[in-house]
Amino acid sequence: MKHHLILKVITKFMVGVIVLFGLYVQFHGDYSPGGGFQAGVIIAAAFILYGIVMGLENVQKVMPIWFAQKAAAIGVLVYALTGVFSIVFGFEFLNYHAISPEHPKHGQHYGIILVELGVGITVTFVMIAIYYSFAGRTPRLDDKEW
Amino acid sequence: MMALTLNHLFAVIMLSGAFSLVSAMLFVVMDAVDVAFTEAAVGAGVSTVLMLATMALTVRIQKDTKKPILFPLIVVCLVGVLLIYGTLDMPNFGAFDSPAQLHLGSKYLSITYKDMGIPNVVTGILASYRGYDTLGETVVVLTAGLGVILLLSSLKGRKDKE
Repeated sequence: MKHHLILKVITKFMVGVIVLFGLYVQFHGDYSPGGGFQAGVIIAAAFILYGIVMGLENVQKVMPIWFAQKAAAIGVLVYALTGVFSIVFGFEFLNYHAISPEHPKHGQHYGIILVELGVGITVTFVMIAIYYSFAGRTPRLDDKEW
Repeated sequence: MMALTLNHLFAVIMLSGAFSLVSAMLFVVMDAVDVAFTEAAVGAGVSTVLMLATMALTVRIQKDTKKPILFPLIVVCLVGVLLIYGTLDMPNFGAFDSPAQLHLGSKYLSITYKDMGIPNVVTGILASYRGYDTLGETVVVLTAGLGVILLLSSLKGRKDKE
């Protein structure tokens, strides 16, 4: 994709909007439809779009392979450690009341935000890592070869 | 249906992406916006890209098959008829007296806001009441990603090191 000026300009504009929408779905998930899974795939789609149009090398400057692969595991850790946090303070695993025992509702709220963040991180970076694995093996094609 | 008659794989992949997008709209019509998000992003977006990447690695044109199509056609029609027969027993869409609404569903609807103070019942069930399940699902996603990374990119990494 050496020419395709329109695609490149529109992509540069859209990537920011898509990531912003993904963050909205992520952090507004307890009030509106959505949550970690949906936000994760939306944010990953933004990076994949950038990768398709600008080339794999350029998107890997922004999001290196090693970072995507390690961050996927960090998301699960965020989720699981939220559960371990409850155990440390004498509650059951994943009982969010532990986060603020005086206000169980607030505890639930914070707990949900934390685990949804974990889900979102994992889904985003797993999707990006899978895309890298596929695209990294594909030789770069000219338009006519498709 | 068009995807069946084509043997140019690029067109088939694009048609399946378009089909995903249409079914995402179907989910919006049925008030399942979060499912529609996922379908549009994964079905129409990410999986189309992965299919294209796979196609770029393999071949562009499907090989001509000389196999008889009569028997598969009968099996497909039979399964279709059975599936439609199965839906005849289901309650109408959005029926208030369906089993799903009468037991656990209404209970969650009434206690979620009381327990957590958040209006989105789906998030409440996924992240709190069924927190273990969601942790398991997240681990499944990670495991799937690990599998793909190990299968597809490990060889390259080893070559780079040597």
